[in-house]
Amino acid sequence: MTEVDARGLSCPIPVVETKKALKAHPEGVCVLVDAKVCVENVSRFAAAMGYNAKATEANGEWKIEISK
Amino acid sequence: MKEKRNLLIAGVVIGVISVFLVLNGNPKNMGFCIACFIRDIAGATKLHTAAVVQYVRPEILGLVIGSFLISLCFKEFKPRGGSAPVTRFVISFIVMIGALTFLGCPFRMILRLAGGDLNALVGLFGFACGIGCGAFFLSKGFNLGRAHEQRTLEGAALPAVNVLLLVLFLAIPALFAFSEKGPGSMHAPVILSLAAGLAVGILAQKTRLCMVGGIRDTILLKDATLLIGFIAIFASALVMNLVTGNFNLGFAGQPVSQPDQVFNFLGMFTVGLGGALLGGCPLRQLILAGEGNSDSAVSVLGMFVGAAFAHNFKLVGNATEAGPNAYGKTAVILGIAVLLVIGWYYTYKKKEA
Repeated sequence: MTEVDARGLSCPIPVVETKKALKAHPEGVCVLVDAKVCVENVSRFAAAMGYNAKATEANGEWKIEISK
Repeated sequence: MKEKRNLLIAGVVIGVISVFLVLNGNPKNMGFCIACFIRDIAGATKLHTAAVVQYVRPEILGLVIGSFLISLCFKEFKPRGGSAPVTRFVISFIVMIGALTFLGCPFRMILRLAGGDLNALVGLFGFACGIGCGAFFLSKGFNLGRAHEQRTLEGAALPAVNVLLLVLFLAIPALFAFSEKGPGSMHAPVILSLAAGLAVGILAQKTRLCMVGGIRDTILLKDATLLIGFIAIFASALVMNLVTGNFNLGFAGQPVSQPDQVFNFLGMFTVGLGGALLGGCPLRQLILAGEGNSDSAVSVLGMFVGAAFAHNFKLVGNATEAGPNAYGKTAVILGIAVLLVIGWYYTYKKKEA
């Protein structure tokens, strides 16, 4: 799965990058973020686009798997 | 759905608190104004000597401390920084010049609208256009670079400064300059202002409330979630103003406002564009600084210094009577030019992919 590394990027760049990645890879992408607010924003965007988003946390970082 | 419900509730509560502060002594339509209040603190600490705008506003201290405490409680305090701090300082400095030209931050713009001040409607158009311009850069890849993990002390520095300022203000008020007349002399009792700041700081941290974010996400992502907070503050403050007789529809004679519509528009255009580049409105910068984001702490310092310069160089001196003078107008136009250069540079001049 294509990975988007959005760690350390400020609002709303993680979502903009996710949007771009999903355009190129409509089957789904994986997004790395390091703030809870980014998890919420990326997940909300994925849901609005009709995707499922599953976030798993490890050491203060999150991996969000976005798929149909 | 839960996010939207929480934003709605928080917005309503914040609108009520804002009007409550006015009823208890704050200047009209100024329950909260991040720009005005940071400017007042800059005056109280004698960074500028404009006698009518000097007071240590406990609302600001409460916002930062409230966000700090709640983020500690929910393990969201996370020291982060290093994303183009000097550029952020410059953007924030310019945002403050724009806000003081309009006479309010986006938060106060909503409160002015809710008080019937139509000058703020012109400001809102400018604000939305500025955000639109920033959203264009963001959609093309604007990026100030990654923030990285920092040591605890770096993240806690600005909250600590706010605690220190609060202690000094309460224990040795003679250290500071306080206005005897003008907006700086009008304020709610300290305990109410501080409690209001803490409450709004907590609500804004939990809900991610952001005045720039609402319009930005609507334009950029067709997501109006954050807009709910914005609208809820407006609606509840409007109802409160109507009920308490503080609603006065029109352009003329509005409290702490200025009549030059071109510069009401351009002032808020500056704030919208700068806020979009920073990733949030002035309120959001205070909240993020409380969460340990040292880039936002630098933004707060940029606004602080920008406010001092604005008054020391008479960019916003007699704004309420005649609108900005030639120096102020020049500063806003130059500021917009600098923001556009920053936007272009960080969008199209990429060092890394």
